[in-house]
Amino acid sequence: MTETLEKKIEPLQDLEPSEPPHSQWKDVWDQFKKHKGALMGGSFLLLITLGVLFGEYIWTLDPQKLDIRNKDIRPIYTILWDSGAKVQWAHPFGTDNLGRDALANMIVGGRTSMAVGWVAMLLALSIGTTIGVLAGYFRKLDGPLMRFTDLVLSLPILPLLLVAVTLFRDALRAHLGPETGMFLLIVGVVGVTSWMQTARIVRSEVLALKEREFILAARSIGTTPGAIIRRHLLPNVISPIMVSATLGLATAIITESALSFLGVGFPPDFPTWGKMLADAVPRMDQYPERVVLPGMAISLTVLSVNYLGDGLRDALDPRIRGR
Amino acid sequence: MLTFTIRRLILAVPTLLFISLVIFLLLELAPGDPMAQVPLTVPPEVKAKMREALGLGEPLHIRYWKWLVQFFWIEPQVLFDSIFDTSFSEGKQRILSWQTRSPVMDMVVQRLPQTLWVVGMSYVVGILIALPIGIYSAYRQYSIFDQAGTFVTMIGFSIPPFFTGPLLIMIFAVQLGWFPSVYDTTHVVNDWDSFMVQLRQMIMPVMVLALQTTAQISRFMRSSMLDNLNQDYVRTARAKGLPEKVVVMVHVLRNSMIPVVTAIALGIPGIFGGAIITEVVFKVNGIGDQLLNALFANDLPSVQTLAFMIAVLIVLFNLIADVLYGVLDPRIRYD
Amino acid sequence: MKVKTLMLGAAAAFAMAPAAMAERGADGHVNIIYWQAPSILNPYLSGGTKDIESASLVIEPLGRYDPNGALVPYLAEVIPTVANGGVAEDLKSITWKLKSGLKWSDGTPVTSADVKFTAEYCMHPEGGCAQFAKFEGVDNVEIVDDLTVTVNFAEAKPNPYSAFMGGQSPIIQAAQFADCLGAKAPECTSANFAPIGTGPFKVDEFKPNDVISMSANPNYRDPAKPAFATLTFKGGGDATAAGRSVLETGEFDYAWNLQLAPDVLAKMAEGGKGKTVAAFGSLVERLEMNMTDPNPALDADTRATRKAPHPFLTDINVRKALSMAIDRNLLVEIGYGQAGRPTCNLVPGPAVYASDNTDCLTQDIAGANAMLDAAGWVKGSDGVRAKDGVRLSILYQTSTNAVRQDFQALIKQWWSEIGVETELRNLNASVFFGGDPGSPDTFQKFYADVEMYANNFDGTDPQAYLAMYRCGNEPKPESQWQGENINRFCDPEYDKLVAELSKTSDLETRYALAKKMNEILTKETYTIVPLVDRGRVSAHANSLGGVVLNTWDSELWNVSDWYRIK
Repeated sequence: MTETLEKKIEPLQDLEPSEPPHSQWKDVWDQFKKHKGALMGGSFLLLITLGVLFGEYIWTLDPQKLDIRNKDIRPIYTILWDSGAKVQWAHPFGTDNLGRDALANMIVGGRTSMAVGWVAMLLALSIGTTIGVLAGYFRKLDGPLMRFTDLVLSLPILPLLLVAVTLFRDALRAHLGPETGMFLLIVGVVGVTSWMQTARIVRSEVLALKEREFILAARSIGTTPGAIIRRHLLPNVISPIMVSATLGLATAIITESALSFLGVGFPPDFPTWGKMLADAVPRMDQYPERVVLPGMAISLTVLSVNYLGDGLRDALDPRIRGR
Repeated sequence: MLTFTIRRLILAVPTLLFISLVIFLLLELAPGDPMAQVPLTVPPEVKAKMREALGLGEPLHIRYWKWLVQFFWIEPQVLFDSIFDTSFSEGKQRILSWQTRSPVMDMVVQRLPQTLWVVGMSYVVGILIALPIGIYSAYRQYSIFDQAGTFVTMIGFSIPPFFTGPLLIMIFAVQLGWFPSVYDTTHVVNDWDSFMVQLRQMIMPVMVLALQTTAQISRFMRSSMLDNLNQDYVRTARAKGLPEKVVVMVHVLRNSMIPVVTAIALGIPGIFGGAIITEVVFKVNGIGDQLLNALFANDLPSVQTLAFMIAVLIVLFNLIADVLYGVLDPRIRYD
Repeated sequence: MKVKTLMLGAAAAFAMAPAAMAERGADGHVNIIYWQAPSILNPYLSGGTKDIESASLVIEPLGRYDPNGALVPYLAEVIPTVANGGVAEDLKSITWKLKSGLKWSDGTPVTSADVKFTAEYCMHPEGGCAQFAKFEGVDNVEIVDDLTVTVNFAEAKPNPYSAFMGGQSPIIQAAQFADCLGAKAPECTSANFAPIGTGPFKVDEFKPNDVISMSANPNYRDPAKPAFATLTFKGGGDATAAGRSVLETGEFDYAWNLQLAPDVLAKMAEGGKGKTVAAFGSLVERLEMNMTDPNPALDADTRATRKAPHPFLTDINVRKALSMAIDRNLLVEIGYGQAGRPTCNLVPGPAVYASDNTDCLTQDIAGANAMLDAAGWVKGSDGVRAKDGVRLSILYQTSTNAVRQDFQALIKQWWSEIGVETELRNLNASVFFGGDPGSPDTFQKFYADVEMYANNFDGTDPQAYLAMYRCGNEPKPESQWQGENINRFCDPEYDKLVAELSKTSDLETRYALAKKMNEILTKETYTIVPLVDRGRVSAHANSLGGVVLNTWDSELWNVSDWYRIK
């Protein structure tokens, strides 16, 4: 008993942190790791991206090389149910009606499709989010920006494309070459004509959010509008943005194919998944693989982006994180 | 809210005029020639005469002014005449299509019913399927239902209608022979049997279109529900002992509808615009088919009129969406 | 002389046509599908094939061309010739005599006034008539009596069969169109949508760009025809869907112009509900060589005009090598199948006009390489030939169309084998074939080195077609880029032949002149490199009888003879 009295009474001390303080991003990553779908989606997306980027160094066939003698080869798996099918190990995914190797085309086409999809989607997303947030938050900008959105929504797309092609194609081709020039043009057109839905949805969410108490609180302690948008509004509208992003990626890949279909897209010797799919539709009962392979590639890419988006949204939401 | 609506309606007039001018200039600037579909065997001098007969020789501002007068003054008179059997519009020049040389509005009136039937029906079907899927997927996030729903809707969304259309035709028209592959636009519904025929020919185009709508709306519904299910007010509602059904279907649902309403409202002008690819695949003579035809033939009066009518609907439905936000969330105030 | 023998052949063909069914309307209903939908039923206001052919069910010309390209009288008693006195010796007039007792579908008689009115309608200066070229050179139309008219030409016309001949210039009813002359033509919507005619069918309802419902004309001149009481003419969609609806699902009886890859068509035909029919006309898919420089660095008044000759396509060795490298047989196999034949001729038919020019049919890559080597074009390190700093690098454009893109890929490959670099471009058909002078992408402006498209001529006489390639007729800034000499070809010798052909009436001499001109443009200069003589493939249901495919006139030329096989 007495011994305890003799002990000096020490000031109350905090426990030493058991591990060094971790950043917000580590929390995000921890939460993200828990989401199986997101992990799978993410790794699949990584795989497909690496595949289309470096695939041509492994599978070195020239995608444009025509080989008429070996046309209409079926993919190798056809042999499983049809032993008489025309298959060759040299063309595991088969060849098209001019004897071009399908695998090589999938790789090169995928690179274009992925690039168009991502760049156009990011472009549309950034325009849409900016306009949506500005219109929703600043009442003065709401009218003009939303009327501008109405205007762009009501423009018929085909003439718009033709105008863009007429005005810019030659200049871009002269400065950047036919391929890069066309790429920028298409990405620009797809991006510029698909941001409106995002803008309207983001605005609608911001309109509701900005009347909430936490925004009022932030404003009352003198937070600048810029900071309110960045710290309080954007994180709260992340989920419609994510949905728009996944839908936007698919739309961009498909729109690109529709453009080629109408004769305003990439040159004909420039394969893309969307174009391969569109070209193969008339022969889909004879050669289903020609629609199934590019169609699956597009769907799987979109699905994996979708799961990745789900995971990111969960991970970025502080209310879910840590639960 | 009322003053807001009135102010917006008044403001819509100059907006729409400006939009019509931009559309007009865009069409003028776009390359193309109404003579493109005339065979090459017709010599250029004859084509030049034909262009002149279409009024292409007149200066830009006069043509724009003419269109404005025809659209805002003469066409309403024609409408008035046909309703009240008067004759204000007699002898006045209506908006004539370059392709068919007939009034554009007559064609719109002829085609609107098919578009509303097929595209409108698919929209309703799509939304009716999408809302429950979205709600249930969010409520049971990561359940098997949710995973399957996500999978199917995303595949549905990422496969374009120019593929799903022919695929359905291959299966149901060619192989099974259940439905016709060509939409019969002369069919008249007057009894039960003819109604069934109409239903059968509508099924495939409606399904193709509904797939797209379902995918989109259910995604927005699900994500918006997810955001709201974790809010504090939901916990409060549950804590005070409200039945789960009320919590989800009243509290959460109403608060989640804002982005969904936007997406739905944005889609409605699209209904009137028709579904270009699906209408062409199934040969439904709707507005989308008319617009595509006019675009390919460079039939500028038709394109201008159709595009402008769609613009009016866009402005109108965006206004309706804005009003609905206020109803759904009384905290939103515009004035 | 020749015309007469051809006509006898036609008469024989007619006699062989199956015996007419006993009664008008006995076979019920027939469905026709065209994947391009008709917009108007007045061919004078629209030059579109879909409009001309759908109108041909209702309104008829004085005479038509049969499947062999011979002339057959329709509303006329006989085809006028110099021999039977119908055409004046000096070739300055032609006299047509109508069959007696002809009636319009509303029961009123057809008279020579209707014929005269038709000419007035189309020749009205403000009407913008699409078939104006058919009436070119017509001075006036004179009524001789109720059933006889004389068409007077301003100068001698070796080929007087243009006005009132063929689906493009049918006779319209004067009473119906009386108030529709000139600028008022487009306002007569009801007349343009349902013309009163003499043909086997009359219009019940017309939905523009969609569908036409028709029924048998009660006043048709042959009381036993047509065999069908009603007809539905559906338009729209694409060739694949149209073919499927006849060959696979059997929903339709006749589908027009199935421009599909041969393997796709063959697979459809396995459906067993119908069969395909093919015939050849004068349509030739060709490569056009640009003789002028399309370099974008040049200013707008010089680019692609005769002021700036092309840096390397002006060398005949290059043009010939480009032609030699092409395997036309393979192109046909891939793209057209039974609907195509390899050809080296710009004028592939009728047979009397076709030159026996077959040099280009065998591919010769080694020969092309040797020729380019000899001409001083040497391969550089990148495999592309060059001479004096000019590289053989070609921009090759065409309209968007699956078969054309396959051709582009194949030809690019062959050209790379002879050391020519190719950049491909495809353009929206409505821009490419439109004549908008503001667009850089029209085929007339030709801002490319080589372009590919198909063209043909009306009727059976190639005179106007060959005259397109005369000096000065090229598209140029001064003419708002309108003009038909797409290659900017110019040869005074050729112009002399053009002038001679327009004066010659002796048929044998005309054939020889046309052959010579065709050879100048093709095998002597390789200005135009023909690829495929494109036929027409249509499909009809197994149960539809009497179909005789005709490429020289409307495909529905003999619809009154169609019947249901029972």
